[in-house]
Amino acid sequence: MTLLPGWIIVPVVLPLVTAALLMLVGNAQRRLRSLINVVATAAGLVVAVLLLREVDSTGVGVYLASNWQAPFGIVLVADRLSVLMLVLVGLVSTGAALYAEAGWSRAGAYFHPLFQLQLVGLNGAFLTGDLFNLFVFFEVLLAASYGLQLHGSGWLRVRSGLHYIAVNLLASSLFLIGLAVLYGVMGTLSMADLADKLPLVPERDRGLLHASAAVLAVAFLIKAAIWPLNAWLVPAYSATNAPVAALFVLMTKVGFYAVLRLWTLLFSAEAAASAHFGGGVLLAGGLLTLAFGAVGLLASIRLERIAAFSVVVSSGTLMAALGMNSTALVAAALFYLVTATLSAGALFLMVELVKRTSVGGRAQRLAPDTSPEEDDNLDDQQLPLVGRAFPVSVALLGLAFIACALLVAGLPPLSGFLAKVALLSAAVNAEDGIANAAWILMALLLLSGLFGTIALARAGIRHFWSKGGHVAPQLRAAEASAVLLLILASGVLTVFAEPVVRYTAATAISLHAPRPYIDAVLQARARPGAAAPVAAGAPPP
Amino acid sequence: MEILLALAIGVLAGSGIWLVLRPRTFQVVMGLALLSYAVNLFIFSMGSLVIDKPPLVVPGLPANLEHYSDPMPQSLVLTAIVIGFATTALFLIVLLAARGLSGTDHVDGEQDTP
Repeated sequence: MTLLPGWIIVPVVLPLVTAALLMLVGNAQRRLRSLINVVATAAGLVVAVLLLREVDSTGVGVYLASNWQAPFGIVLVADRLSVLMLVLVGLVSTGAALYAEAGWSRAGAYFHPLFQLQLVGLNGAFLTGDLFNLFVFFEVLLAASYGLQLHGSGWLRVRSGLHYIAVNLLASSLFLIGLAVLYGVMGTLSMADLADKLPLVPERDRGLLHASAAVLAVAFLIKAAIWPLNAWLVPAYSATNAPVAALFVLMTKVGFYAVLRLWTLLFSAEAAASAHFGGGVLLAGGLLTLAFGAVGLLASIRLERIAAFSVVVSSGTLMAALGMNSTALVAAALFYLVTATLSAGALFLMVELVKRTSVGGRAQRLAPDTSPEEDDNLDDQQLPLVGRAFPVSVALLGLAFIACALLVAGLPPLSGFLAKVALLSAAVNAEDGIANAAWILMALLLLSGLFGTIALARAGIRHFWSKGGHVAPQLRAAEASAVLLLILASGVLTVFAEPVVRYTAATAISLHAPRPYIDAVLQARARPGAAAPVAAGAPPP
Repeated sequence: MEILLALAIGVLAGSGIWLVLRPRTFQVVMGLALLSYAVNLFIFSMGSLVIDKPPLVVPGLPANLEHYSDPMPQSLVLTAIVIGFATTALFLIVLLAARGLSGTDHVDGEQDTP
């Protein structure tokens, strides 16, 4: 059975239908709602893995929405990079969905539909092959994220949410301006068509083209949290609730994905005079972000801020690696992307659990001003879950925290270390000698690892040794399994690093030689449907 | 007509940016609204400004941009308007929540004492 191209639409439609279904399930059937949410999210992961296997063996899959051919209609494209991101979304979102069932999903209204809509936006943004459609999916995921970021309410969340929304609305305006200029110059917004026609741009329009690309890039760099456009990230991510913060780790990766996809597609070596336009800016921005994140790591005391700064560090690393424009570095960066996303997600999920060790083992209340509604009897519903204390909960938490710290700081033996080694060896093994930027990247990578180790060790000592650890904190099964899922995924990534590295290397090669992608999209033909479209278009009378 | 529209877009965008940088939440929301008007007009103007040219194919006229205005920016701007409207409405709700929780309309929730 072949999954392509029909199944490419499933990662978008499945959460969309689930969100609609979840709106219909009333408050009374809380169990049912939780079950639907977790099962649908896990099903999304399974579909993503199936698509990955299929794309890896058969190549790029193109889904023509409404059976319209490429430059005219919207296409969804499943290539190696897209499906890799889909699998990542599946893993992190399954962890977050599981974790949310321990309590957070009941802290306010409409958590589940918003969660699923966020997945629609994420999956759609990774799949779409049309620039304006990318804008629409960006807005879908942002609109859902505004709701999720404020979930649980409270002044800190609302204040950081206010800044977060204002910055993202501005970024959306920039996105639209860039789109409009690009359409004015090129007359198309299909990514493959843009890449195809880019070498034909006349010399007098090249300035406009570059301006539009730069404006678009600023919009994406805001989302990818590149310094100096990332002041919104740390307050927003550290104020929001744990499962949503884990999900938000994926959102900065959407910004990186958009830059990676468009920059390698539009400004590839084929683009003649425009080839590698703006690479220096990406590199400089990435290095500055990396430095900023490393200093931030060292300066943070609270665990949620450490986790947020680790997201900034990974954004900077990825962007710097992309800006150096070497296939080997991008391959290493993609492997780093997978491990950094999983570990940052796990760390965000652990924040709340680790804090329980220092408050006498009792589960903390969700937030000071989370007042359940009258019909929201938390205690009765949770009795069967709350009482089940893990006898080994401290050991479990401690080990999970150590694993997280090793992953985030990039220490051996876990996959974080492998990713850093891959990055460093790709940076120093360039064919045309080592650039100065490679040395800076190397120094900053090692320094950020050191600072991460210091910050996490300090937090670990504070939470496990000095203040708490005497009384076993209560862990709910859902919370523990969510954290374990993400850490186990990182463990599997460590053991099976070789096939994954081979996959990311193939991805990087196909990204830097985008001709097969362009041809696959532009040569996808509409399927003859039941009603032949020719008969419908009657000649004008 | 081009100059008039360019001036309008410039004035809208300029006032929008100025308002977004102000410290009151209501000013920020107005600024974002003005900015989105400017952006919408800008997208619309990308389809070249012409009078008396339909965006739909009419029998008897060859289908090229000599005889028609480009329908694509018009459909794009429709989508952009709807999305901008919805997100601005959502921002307004957050603004109200911030006002209720902090008791002030300052974006950081803290009043600078003069």
